[in-house]
Amino acid sequence: MIPLSSTQTRLPVDRSPGKLHPRRISVGARVGLTVILVLAALPMLDVPIPILLPGQLSSSGSLLILSIGLVFAGVAISFDVVFGYTGLLSAGHALVFALGIYATNLLMHAGLGYFSAAALAIALSGLVNTALGAIALRVKAVAFTMVTLAFGEAFYILLLVDPAGIFGGEEGLPVAFEQIPDLLASARDVRWLYWLSLAFAVVAYLLAWMATRSRCGQVWQAIRENEDRVESLGLFSYSYKLVAYAFGGVIAAAGGAVYLLVARGANPSSASVHFSLALIVMVVLGGRGRIWGAAIGGLIYGILTLRLPELSTSGVLDGLPEWASRTVSEPLVVLGFLFILIVLFFPDGIVGLVDRANSRLRTMRPRSMNENTLILPPDEPIGVDEIRTKH
Amino acid sequence: MTTLIVLTATSLGLAGLYFLLSSGLSLIFGLMDVLNVAHAAIFGLGGYAAWVVMDRFDLIDSLAARFAVATVVAVIFGCVLGYFVERTLIARNYGDHLTQILITLGLAFVMEGLIGGIFSYSPQSIAQPAWFTDVTVILGGRIPNSRILIFGISALVLVSLLFFMKKSKYGLIIRAGVENRRMVQALGIDVARSFTFVFVLGAALACLGGALGAVYFTGITPALGPNLLIFAFIVVIIGGLGSIGGTAIAAALVAFTQQIVNFYVSTGLGDIAVVGLLAAVLLLRPQGLLGRVASA
Amino acid sequence: MSAGDAALSVRDLQVHRGEAHVLEGVSFEVRPRRVTALLGRNGAGKTTTLMTILGLLEGSGSIRLYGEEILGVPTHHLVRRGIGYVPEDREVFGTLTVAENLRLAARTPEATQRLDLVHELFPDLLRRSAQRAGALSGGQQQMVAIARAILNPNRLLLIDEPSKGLAPIVVGQVVEALAKAASATTILLVDQNIRVAQRLATDAIVLDHGAVVFTGSMEDLAADADLTQRYLGVAPSSRDSNTIGKGSAR
Repeated sequence: MIPLSSTQTRLPVDRSPGKLHPRRISVGARVGLTVILVLAALPMLDVPIPILLPGQLSSSGSLLILSIGLVFAGVAISFDVVFGYTGLLSAGHALVFALGIYATNLLMHAGLGYFSAAALAIALSGLVNTALGAIALRVKAVAFTMVTLAFGEAFYILLLVDPAGIFGGEEGLPVAFEQIPDLLASARDVRWLYWLSLAFAVVAYLLAWMATRSRCGQVWQAIRENEDRVESLGLFSYSYKLVAYAFGGVIAAAGGAVYLLVARGANPSSASVHFSLALIVMVVLGGRGRIWGAAIGGLIYGILTLRLPELSTSGVLDGLPEWASRTVSEPLVVLGFLFILIVLFFPDGIVGLVDRANSRLRTMRPRSMNENTLILPPDEPIGVDEIRTKH
Repeated sequence: MTTLIVLTATSLGLAGLYFLLSSGLSLIFGLMDVLNVAHAAIFGLGGYAAWVVMDRFDLIDSLAARFAVATVVAVIFGCVLGYFVERTLIARNYGDHLTQILITLGLAFVMEGLIGGIFSYSPQSIAQPAWFTDVTVILGGRIPNSRILIFGISALVLVSLLFFMKKSKYGLIIRAGVENRRMVQALGIDVARSFTFVFVLGAALACLGGALGAVYFTGITPALGPNLLIFAFIVVIIGGLGSIGGTAIAAALVAFTQQIVNFYVSTGLGDIAVVGLLAAVLLLRPQGLLGRVASA
Repeated sequence: MSAGDAALSVRDLQVHRGEAHVLEGVSFEVRPRRVTALLGRNGAGKTTTLMTILGLLEGSGSIRLYGEEILGVPTHHLVRRGIGYVPEDREVFGTLTVAENLRLAARTPEATQRLDLVHELFPDLLRRSAQRAGALSGGQQQMVAIARAILNPNRLLLIDEPSKGLAPIVVGQVVEALAKAASATTILLVDQNIRVAQRLATDAIVLDHGAVVFTGSMEDLAADADLTQRYLGVAPSSRDSNTIGKGSAR
């Protein structure tokens, strides 16, 4: 049986070297900066987005939804490093995310201010996650997936059962309100919360971007494609895998610290197997092995999960029988169905679709070549053309 | 003493359910190397199939007879579903394990969502014949008859399966295929056909388990199946891939550990205990009790 | 010998395993009712060749069985056309009994009668019918593997390293059994042990780095010390080759 981590996945290998052509960097960065600025400006816009958001962009309802989407985007990015880039199918990534939430909350309840609590919580969660990873990575492929599943499930049960009485059990633990900085504490003015979520997503993106561009990142992808080959080159794949696992864990824990404020509490569902599996869906949906793909996947998943149930009450589906409209607005059905479609027909996810559309657009563009014509490189820092490896 | 009797009876009932849930998964995983993430969701679907019959099938007055029909309907449903899933989704990806896991994952999501959409997320309790809830006193312990029935049916299935695997040519092919699929091909036998058979069998067993599970658990929800997924994995891994006997022993082991620790130590810790058992087995003795190694 | 006479005709067989180009255009023919030895060092491509003939590996080129093109035919179909396979490392089903191993292999109506033949050849197996194959010794497992292959009236037997890992006395027994099996069918035999090859084979093909470097009679090969040294790394001894299969303890 072919071990999972060395399945020939036919994924495009993210092969951009650390040094890029200067013109390319600036275009990619320019696009990125624009996106960030636009996103940052959203709370100022009194624009309604029908169906997708409950009210105007600037309304607290919409901003909260976007915040959740952004946190999911960042956590999905962290999982993409583990699964999309390194090929480790962990079914327990929610564990470290929940650790971030609960640890931050507990430390705040113990008296620490939010940012100190968050920093300490991220460090502690990262450590625990790395220790668990060190154990889980001793086995490979399906066994690894199941061990991570087991760990995740054990933690979830621990939170529910709450033997020490500190986690709040099934109801969860409300956030320690007094320890939240004023700007972030208001339930009505959530702009700063939104910007915090945005900051997290951006930082997650940048960190992942740098890590995957590094030599370490190249090894990660090599491990995903053919672990035996990496070993035969004299590299100790275990260490690299552990680094990927730890790296993803730290970012996810940070996401947890932010999510604590957005959700205004810690809830066991954040540690559920369901959420771990949802992360897989996010990454595959958006596009494995591409950072912005994972981000898109997380964003879409967050928005769909929160907004789809509204569809049945919005009147759009009134023509359908009760059970049908309930089913269509059921996020699990829609996302699961999309997921299957993607896996079967568009394994590169949304990123793949965009790339395909992009290259088709470019071949259609008229080729009037003279020295003054600027040939613009593609939108992403990674050139589509140079990616397809021979498999 | 009586508590021990009742505990034993409940554990045996639960063990029966775990066996029905996991035996199919063990064969599927053992023979096809497919980690069917949707397997527990199929179990849940079986429960709902039985519930629908009990709820809507007014033609039959006697609840007991209706339940018999419900069980049969659940099994048939499982066969059809299993066939459909295997032929359309699994068969096109033989050998690509990652894709198979992802597809079954998506399927699990869709199934859970479909049930939730059609039947709502609130727990439904299944109508039971009076006899089920009646209690038989055994050695001083008051045991609900349903537990005895579940155990009885599971034991019957176990014996039939063992007999089938040992005596029939198909069982021979499956046993050999679990051990060395390629060599079976090299003997001129088309293993792909047994894939479909095993998948259908697994789905049928899961649905039977689901129908009985609807009785065992007080209320069924769309999450019931998926919640049991980890226990199915635990039983399969501890019991060893492809081993019916191993699955039975593991099912009993897991059920008893869970019930005893939950009861005598603290609720929920039993679940953690068996989950810990899974991790321990994977890390220390990957081939489980009687079967094949779970990785590569 | 014209192409039509060949039991097996391989033309320009190319096989890649991962990134390695294992077979780089292998061509040879196997004459019917003979034992042809496929020789070469470790990694030369011998097992790859057998597995590709059987359809367990993908390759390009042409493979004809008695004139029928078989490259690309799925393994189980191929086998049903009359190919028996004794894999390297035997690969008997350890969890099944000896009898079950044979029962699994029986796919033709003739198999039931041939079972008696098999038991004659391997009386040991008859005694151990109910034993789990995994509990047998290496030599006994080899007997099971060979028995499986000759249980059906196969037109071609592909035998991979039957002497591997076996004590010299046991090797003798295996060779005896193969010699008797060879009388009725065509065999393509791979073995590292050149003496086994000498004892059983009339024709020889030598592979080196995925290409054929010699085809001809076994005798000629054995006589050419230079060839055998260069491609097989061993010098055959005409004296020793006669002691294999004769006078070995039973």
